[in-house]
Amino acid sequence: MLETLVNVNRMVKSFRRGAEEIHVLEQLDLQVGRGEFLALMGPSGSGKSTLLNLIGGLDKPTSGTVAVAGEAVEQLNERQLAAWRARHIGFVFQFYNLMPTLSAQKNVELPLLLTQLSARQRREHAAAALEIVGLTHRTSHYPSQMSGGEQQRVGIARAIVTDPTLLLCDEPTGDLDRKSGDEILDLLQALNAQQGKTIVMVTHDPHASARAGRVVYLNKGQLLLEKPE
Amino acid sequence: MKFLPLVWRNLWRRKLRTLLTILSIAVAFLLYGYLAAIRAGMETGVTVAGQDRLIVRHKVSIIQLLPVSYLERIRQVPGVKEVIHSTWFGGVYQEPKNFFPQIPVNPEEYLRMYPEFRLPEEQKKAWLATRTGAIVGKKTALKYGFKIGDRIPIQPTIWRRSGATPVWEFDLVGIYEGADKAADESQLFFRYDYFDEARSEGRGQVGWYVVRLTDPGLSEEVAKKIDADFSNSPWETKAESEKAFVQSFAKQVGDIGAIVRAILTAVFFTILLIAGNTMAQAVRERTGEIGVLKALGFSNALAMLLVLMESMMVAVAGGGVGLGLAWTLIRLWDPTGGALPVFYFPVNDLLIGVALTLLLGLATGFFPALIALRLRVAEALRRL
Ligand SMILES: Nc1ncnc2c1ncn2[C@@H]1O[C@H](COP(=O)(O)OP(=O)(O)OP(=O)(O)O)[C@@H](O)[C@H]1O
Ligand SMILES: [Mg+2]
Repeated sequence: MLETLVNVNRMVKSFRRGAEEIHVLEQLDLQVGRGEFLALMGPSGSGKSTLLNLIGGLDKPTSGTVAVAGEAVEQLNERQLAAWRARHIGFVFQFYNLMPTLSAQKNVELPLLLTQLSARQRREHAAAALEIVGLTHRTSHYPSQMSGGEQQRVGIARAIVTDPTLLLCDEPTGDLDRKSGDEILDLLQALNAQQGKTIVMVTHDPHASARAGRVVYLNKGQLLLEKPE
Repeated sequence: MKFLPLVWRNLWRRKLRTLLTILSIAVAFLLYGYLAAIRAGMETGVTVAGQDRLIVRHKVSIIQLLPVSYLERIRQVPGVKEVIHSTWFGGVYQEPKNFFPQIPVNPEEYLRMYPEFRLPEEQKKAWLATRTGAIVGKKTALKYGFKIGDRIPIQPTIWRRSGATPVWEFDLVGIYEGADKAADESQLFFRYDYFDEARSEGRGQVGWYVVRLTDPGLSEEVAKKIDADFSNSPWETKAESEKAFVQSFAKQVGDIGAIVRAILTAVFFTILLIAGNTMAQAVRERTGEIGVLKALGFSNALAMLLVLMESMMVAVAGGGVGLGLAWTLIRLWDPTGGALPVFYFPVNDLLIGVALTLLLGLATGFFPALIALRLRVAEALRRL
């Protein structure tokens, strides 16, 4: 059995919307092994992003616990969480979310600004990450000068440049055509297989989830191992 | 600072908007500079007024004359170190709009009383040797192109000359400079002995006295004593500190100054509000990006700092340009055309301007920075 990297335990998350209380996650349990590539599926509004955010320490659970590599994430305060995210988590977003004012190289260097690395080291690390995603020839381009697939590869380079423990991808191919999407999935698969990166990927696309080692379905606040009918 | 390029890029995201904001701040500070210069001009004398000098004038008004014989009597009052007299001549050079004060004085005593007027030694000697001699401040000399050796004709408005020609003529023997920028370099001084002998009426009468005290702390006491000495005489006096005197004099023109200042101040703050609003808008547009930075591990405090740095850079750029322009333009161009005795940007006000610039950066960045600080990542990302 794999070592457990992510351990979500009896997680409850609800939101208030006016007088109404929306229960998004109800007593949810999830374990992700180190080195696993997990796909998280489910209908729109089922709480996939919410779960991903909770694992990544972007939000606090209403109750329950999240541990990542033994760290009780829900216990950390804001400052500790930020530092923890910088060290352990790489986020990949559906709409890439690159800084439009920065070149690919500078976008990838962003998370490194939070480390003690020198300017030269930052440059080298970013160049290495861009090489992994196959964008060595695009380092000085700005997001607006790149295709969606290329931007997402920059997004992945930015996520892996700090060598995080865990990659959290929220619909990374959701905005891409089939071909570019496939390239991104190839890349994630390679990162998982060759570099041993643990990946949790939210997707709507069965084609994408097929690339993952395991698929779970989120429905009515609970996780299912089978696609619900 | 490794975050600087990030801030810098954000700044130039909307070049035109940033430039306009910087420009409006620059204009505000340019206005501020002129405001300070006008105020300094209106208050000259008030700020330079010697703490140890009293003015003694006629109790009724400054335009009533006093007998010259008071000089010796004032000198006798305990606490008085020196005393001189001055008289308002009020003449016109060529045409009425060419205004500068002319004052008949006793050269040596006068220069001793006002060490802030600096006259080269040989020019002083020449003045003592020339009965019709006059000296003029550098500012007026430059304005009318007066040079030593010139004969300056002044048309009298109060003091007619006895004899055939009504016009007074003075031989320019010296040009004085102020010891600092606040000193009034616009006046023309000529000799009282010549004036008294040549005037057709009012001989033996002078405008006011200036008294130097042995100790500035005595000012009230000595003023009272002088006024008491001359009470019940045909020429009762009012003695007051030079500062109080200049202030009451300045009040006559002060109303216009107050209006000008009120308008400029209103404009200044309006521009600041506009700049602050633009900053807030620039940050609100980027909440998504700030959310992403936080997701990457930027702390709330750092996100706030980045926004503050941005507003600081805008404010410092605008303030720097504005104050720099004010500093140079005020030297080159006086919009009042010399109506104020001095026109300069006091260093004190410049320093206050620098402080205001920093304050502006903080103030315009405050609410946007608060937005950045409080922004919750999960919610910011949802809005993307
Ligand atoms: N901050 C919030 N305030 C109120 N309601 C929220 C908040 N965040 C999420 N929700 C609600 O929680 C539910 C789950 O949202 P979430 O974004 O996690 O869904 P999702 O599965 O990612 O959907 P999609 O596939 O459309 O991205 C939705 O009903 C949403 O409206
Ligand atoms: Mg979602």
